[in-house]
Amino acid sequence: MSALLQTSDLTCVKDDRVLFENLNLSLSEGQILLVEGKNGSGKTSLLRILTGLNLPESGEVLWQGQPISEVGPEYYEQVNYVGHHDGIKRDLTCLENLRLVQAMGKPMPIDLDDALDKVNLYRFGDNFVATLSAGQKRRLALARLVVTEAKLWIMDEPFTSLDKASMAMFQEMFEKHLANGGVIVMTSHHDIEMKNSDVVRLNLSE
Amino acid sequence: MKRLSLSQAFWFLLRRDLLLALRNRSELANPLLFFVLVITLFPLAVGAEPNLLARIAPGIIWVAALLASMLSLDAIFRSDFEDGTLEQMLLSAHPVPVLVLAKVTAHWLVTGLPLLLVAPLLAMMLGLDEDAYGILLLTILLGTPVLSLIGSIGVALTIGLRKGGIILSLLVLPLYVPVLIFSASAIDAAAGGLSVSAQLSMMMAFLFLSLSLSPVATAAALKMSMS
Repeated sequence: MSALLQTSDLTCVKDDRVLFENLNLSLSEGQILLVEGKNGSGKTSLLRILTGLNLPESGEVLWQGQPISEVGPEYYEQVNYVGHHDGIKRDLTCLENLRLVQAMGKPMPIDLDDALDKVNLYRFGDNFVATLSAGQKRRLALARLVVTEAKLWIMDEPFTSLDKASMAMFQEMFEKHLANGGVIVMTSHHDIEMKNSDVVRLNLSE
Repeated sequence: MKRLSLSQAFWFLLRRDLLLALRNRSELANPLLFFVLVITLFPLAVGAEPNLLARIAPGIIWVAALLASMLSLDAIFRSDFEDGTLEQMLLSAHPVPVLVLAKVTAHWLVTGLPLLLVAPLLAMMLGLDEDAYGILLLTILLGTPVLSLIGSIGVALTIGLRKGGIILSLLVLPLYVPVLIFSASAIDAAAGGLSVSAQLSMMMAFLFLSLSLSPVATAAALKMSMS
């Protein structure tokens, strides 16, 4: 199977410290990359380089064999990034936030109420985000995975402030995405068990 | 489902920003209140001598408009930066300059346009020559979008800094000066019964130049600030 996402000789330097050097990765359909490492080992930096938000010191990120800077919009249409920040507006309702997410990406043909139901936020559609709890906000942030059609999910600590039941729910969702030919890159301090999926582990501290 | 067309995305983001502004009305009133207060302070400070006030009215109104615009600049991107929506905007499949233009347009509608509405009242209070009212409104209509557009570049450059306020003023104010000079001079000339076509042509040139170039510069600056 041909690789969807590749990196070639990726080097990241932050404040004169080399975080990682000559990193070569290759991910194809149905694979999940778990990035592990101590605090400050460059997990977030790697994820942001993969999205194109940060630029590497040297090396390239390739999508279907082409550098992402050249692919442009077609790449961004395929990427869903959930970062440290939830990327949702406090002063909008849950539904308004999801509509915004859809407007910025490639919308999935799904009823937004159903999408909220999938992340256990049914009936919260007209609530302002400011009134939600931290875990609920995180679930709304992750709802962007449901409402847009993207092949590559890049997630930075997606399970922050989620309870066990929600974690299991999202892991199941991730496995489904992988089974449908998606690719996931994520960091997590939680133990991830995905027995049915092709898991690649990368430890940046070693 | 296909993604939204470019114009749909533009209108969507514009509407969203207007909705957010409507839900934070106190922030919305801030620059307008500042504009009115600064101008009402002048007669108290320099004395209510009609000729003097009428003479300096164009300058007062424009300096106040400039400072009011500066005051509200940071709000263009600040909240989006803090909650991560700016990050998502940069990762959108739509061209970032168009999204930036939508945000700046919303910002102008909320902070620049109200100045246009109260300016005639304040001009009347200062005793500005009646012949100059039309030109005053025209300079505000042409000039305040330029302030928002130029300001957005400065905000984009300083958004990642914790205390970017002073640098922002230093960056942006020198670029505001041409707008100030030409608009005040246009109102002066109109009050004196002279032709103002030269000044207005210059201001129109500023507007189109900043309209076409500043979104691109702002998008590039945002990308730099986010990395």
